Amino acid sequence: MPEVLRGIGVGHGLTAGPILRMAPPLELPPPRTVAAAETEREVDLAVRALTSVQRDLRERAEAATDATTADILEAQVALAADPVLEDGVTTRIRNGTDAPHALRETFDEHRAALEAIGGLFAERIGDLDDLASRALAVVLGREMPGIPDPGHPFILVADDLAPADTAGLDSTTVLALVTERGGPTSHTAIIARSLGLPAVVGCRGILGRPDEELVTVDGATGEVHVGVGGDDVADALDRAALRQDADGRGPGRTADGRPVDLLVNIGSAADLAGVGPVEVSGVAGVGLFRTEFLFLDREKEPTFDEQARAYAEVFRAAGERPVVVRTLDAGADKPLPFLGLPDEPNPALGVRGLRVARLRPETLDVQLAAIAEAAVQTGAQVHVMAPMVATAREAAEFVDRARGHGLGNVGVMVEVPAAALRAGRLLEVADFLSIGTNDLAQYTLAVDRQNGDLPDLLDPWQPALLQLIAQCAEAGRARGKPVSVCGEAAGDPLLAPVLAGLGIDKLSMAPRGVAAVRAALAEHDMAACRRMADAALDADDAAGARTAALAAR
Amino acid sequence: MPERKVVVGSSGGLHARPANLFVQAAARQPAAVLIAVGDKKPVPAKSILSVLSLGAVKGTEVTLSAEGEHAEESLTALAELLAQDLDAESPEGSDA
Repeated sequence: MPEVLRGIGVGHGLTAGPILRMAPPLELPPPRTVAAAETEREVDLAVRALTSVQRDLRERAEAATDATTADILEAQVALAADPVLEDGVTTRIRNGTDAPHALRETFDEHRAALEAIGGLFAERIGDLDDLASRALAVVLGREMPGIPDPGHPFILVADDLAPADTAGLDSTTVLALVTERGGPTSHTAIIARSLGLPAVVGCRGILGRPDEELVTVDGATGEVHVGVGGDDVADALDRAALRQDADGRGPGRTADGRPVDLLVNIGSAADLAGVGPVEVSGVAGVGLFRTEFLFLDREKEPTFDEQARAYAEVFRAAGERPVVVRTLDAGADKPLPFLGLPDEPNPALGVRGLRVARLRPETLDVQLAAIAEAAVQTGAQVHVMAPMVATAREAAEFVDRARGHGLGNVGVMVEVPAAALRAGRLLEVADFLSIGTNDLAQYTLAVDRQNGDLPDLLDPWQPALLQLIAQCAEAGRARGKPVSVCGEAAGDPLLAPVLAGLGIDKLSMAPRGVAAVRAALAEHDMAACRRMADAALDADDAAGARTAALAAR
Repeated sequence: MPERKVVVGSSGGLHARPANLFVQAAARQPAAVLIAVGDKKPVPAKSILSVLSLGAVKGTEVTLSAEGEHAEESLTALAELLAQDLDAESPEGSDA
């Protein structure tokens, strides 16, 4: 029988589907001594658990539709198939340990070894823990702990969710979050907002419902209808689509109508394939066209003609909408054989981005000429910008060079703190600024982007980063020139109103992030955006900034 | 037992893709190959966990050893692989 449960709604989305509960952590039974007679049976049990984990992962790898996921799963299979795991488990069981504890101890031994080395090697610890959980779940005949992975979309149900639980949460298969406990500022609420998922927190009674039961979840009203039928699900999804339409198809704007251009980051014309017209998708143009794809894996530099053809293809795909082309962003960290750049001990701090033009000015000239040619051929609105600009002098030289090739709208990227600090001077020569938050975070907080141990410092919510963004926005306002954000930060729906509050008027993100960012902007008027921005700037770290911004909504 | 000393050439060290490629190649060798760093205990080259636990970065000198038939061939093949920069084959694009 359908029934209505009520909690606190988060977001305004509506969705429907089957629920699945977060499986509780695995607890090992007390250790027991394995008698000699049952040793081989116990070994068999443990080895079969390892084999079944391998088989399961291999099947998932084969079923994976994208190459990245398949690669990750293949690497997991290789780890699971490592003969030292079977050896370690077998030896322990023959010495009298039971199968679950033999597995636990073997995985712990290798975990400790990786931990002791640290650095990049320690990144595999998460993978190893995942394998250990899978193997233990098989041997104990229990569910795999953590977020279920049934292979179909579902609504995640839990008592409450901790950051560790949601780290691997895939917003394409998790439709909504419903928790028994938790309030509007709980981690569950924060993660739901940042992923653009509807959620109902503090929903008493949800944990008592059976897995796979169909429910509808309304983040606007906080209602969860449980025990509904397939018709109710279809009806809810129809209403959700209508609600989304009413919420505003069309360009990005705040609740009080202040426009914020929503742009997409692309690497080729193919990335524009699924992007609808601005009236439907809200996508006002391309804020970052990375041109590296033409240059990667090349022994020889692509010719002027080849480049002009490739750029024209992208410009035609964009149609009437403007395209911001980033010139080649290479360096010792993204080496291109034909550039012949020397090896560097600190590639992130070396010859990369626009700096490559100091050694190879002709590469930049050919690229700018090809962009200009493609712009003329297609009549598209083409803007061009340089990566890794540090000084106003560099900006001026790039602007002169680009104008020399006939390109009218020329900007620079702000990825280096020096550029942010001198934003006003940069805008004396450049037509616009585009802030790359990933690199700006790396250089401002002094953390290598590849470092997995310090994620809080690379978090775009770091107040120091927000302050630099605010400074750039202010410089833009003073000179009447646009300032956009095109790093990861631009796709965070909770950060979008903060960036608008800081004075950013263009956000460029991966195409799939646009809908959630548009919805988040539509929920906040400029006064709320400014309050959130002030609250975030006033915090002492990234987590504090997020919490403060939420509380200031 | 035949041995070969070689300096790791991959820019990211024996980690991720280079480590996987090396372990796969080791598993294909007719001879059982061991790998060691410094005077630490040699570990099986076909074990990804053992290879990762060497903590070998670019420039680390490792010692390969093998016994039995085709030992020399196996050592040569694996030493050549280790000396290459296996990270350089697929430079990754990156976000702004």
